[in-house]
This record gives sequence, structure tokens and C-alpha cells, in this order.
Amino acid sequence: MSEETLQVFIDGVINYFHHTSEKEVKVGSPYLIENNSPAAFDYTGIIGISGPYRGSVYFTAPKALLTHLLLAIGEKDTSMEYIMDLVGEVANTIAGNARSKFGQDFLISVPVVVEGAPSNIHLPKDLRSYVIPVYWRAYSSAVVICLEA
Amino acid sequence: MTVPLKMLIVDDSNIIRRKIERGSDGEMFKVVGSADSGVAAIEKFKALKPDVVTMDLTMPKMDGIECISNLISIDPKARILVVSALSDKATGIEALEKGARGFLCKPFDEKKLSDALKELVQDYV
Repeated sequence: MSEETLQVFIDGVINYFHHTSEKEVKVGSPYLIENNSPAAFDYTGIIGISGPYRGSVYFTAPKALLTHLLLAIGEKDTSMEYIMDLVGEVANTIAGNARSKFGQDFLISVPVVVEGAPSNIHLPKDLRSYVIPVYWRAYSSAVVICLEA
Repeated sequence: MTVPLKMLIVDDSNIIRRKIERGSDGEMFKVVGSADSGVAAIEKFKALKPDVVTMDLTMPKMDGIECISNLISIDPKARILVVSALSDKATGIEALEKGARGFLCKPFDEKKLSDALKELVQDYV
């Protein structure tokens, strides 16, 4: 995966938090991991990708970050339903915004939300993923990209 | 005092539906219903006859593009604002060609939403 491709998703993360919160978001250096030990926090929103690129993009975050982010966007209900909705919506927004670079053929699914790590249905074990660390307030989270061209 | 315009919010995310409701001007718009899929939106559109519709594109059962076509076939004058994360030009053009009147890209803040909704109804009579 090229640096330019990764930058599309980094820009997507920064854009999301810029529009959502007054607090700055920081993005760490991306790194590669094996899919048999995927990066994951408490909740994960997964977007399946098809078209010229195939694979998945997911956003994974701790419950505390998602709760705080709900409050930041003006949502007072921080129940589990809303936390899971939010983690899916963040993933959907980041993946959807990537179409500004990849075009209409970059097809994205509706979000699938899970507790913890994605299963190997979404992350083939023979592939590797790029992890983009995301730091917001005192919390760590990540956007993970697993795409084959 | 003018009567608020009836608004239908279509998005599979409850958070986004509530964000749009909170961000819409209460004097100008009254949210009369919401739907989490294109199929549900068509039923609500027929029943509630809203003046304006906000429409997500990536949804289960029926996506927003197909839903726009259906709503326009029911009411060619429907005022539909697409609110979607799909940020490529081709999708925006396709939505407008199907009959949408505006496009607001996610993520959005209250000002962008307010501006887009006002533009949607600026020539409403």
C-alpha cells in the first residue's frame, strides 16, 4: 500500500475529529501487523470494501473514548446502543470520505459493529493490515486498513 | 408567524438522525419522522408528505440513490438534501441527476447543516 493511499485515511480521521470536536486529534506513525493478531480496543466498526480495492477498513476505540465523543457531538445518551452506532458511523465516514480520492468504484458496505477485534471473516489471516494510531484527548484508538489492489 | 416545514430524516445511524434534528432550525423546520432505510423512507414519505427530506446514501435494504428515484417518482417536487460520507464527485452528480437538490458531506457541523437546509428551501413557496 502506498504512502499516498494511507494518507487518504489519515486525512479522513483528522477531518472527522476536526468537524466533531474542538480538541485536536493526533495521528501516530502507521505500522504493519499480522491479521492473526488484529489491533482492537473495546468496540470496532468495520466497513467492507469492494471494487478495485478489496478488504476492510475499521475504526476501533475504547468505550471511554466513544462515550466522550458522543458527549462532544451533543448526544446525551451514552448507552451501549449509541456507542456501537457511533463506532460504526466513524468507520463509515472515514471510508466514505476516501472516495474523494479513489472514486465511485471504491464500494463500501454498511458498518458491521463488534465488541473487540474483527473476526477472520473481515480480516483474512494470510494478509497484513496497516494500523494508524489515533490519539484524542487522553485516549488511544486506531484506524486499520486491510486492502488488496 | 410562518408554519415550519415538515422534515423527514433518513439515515441508518440514530446518532446522525438525532444530530440533524438538533441542528435544524426549530422555527423553520419541524421533524415529522425518521427512517433507517430507503424502504422505510418511502413508506414514511407517503404517509407524512414532508416538505423536505435529508437522505443518507449508504443504508441497508435500499440505498439512498435508489430511494431518491422512488421519492421523486412519487413527488417530482420533493426537496431532498443528501447527507452522506460518500465524497466523490460522481456520486454527488448521480444524486443530483436522480432529483436531489443539495449535497452535504459528512462529517458536518451545525453551521454547515443549517446553511445546506436554508439553501434547500430558499425558493420554497
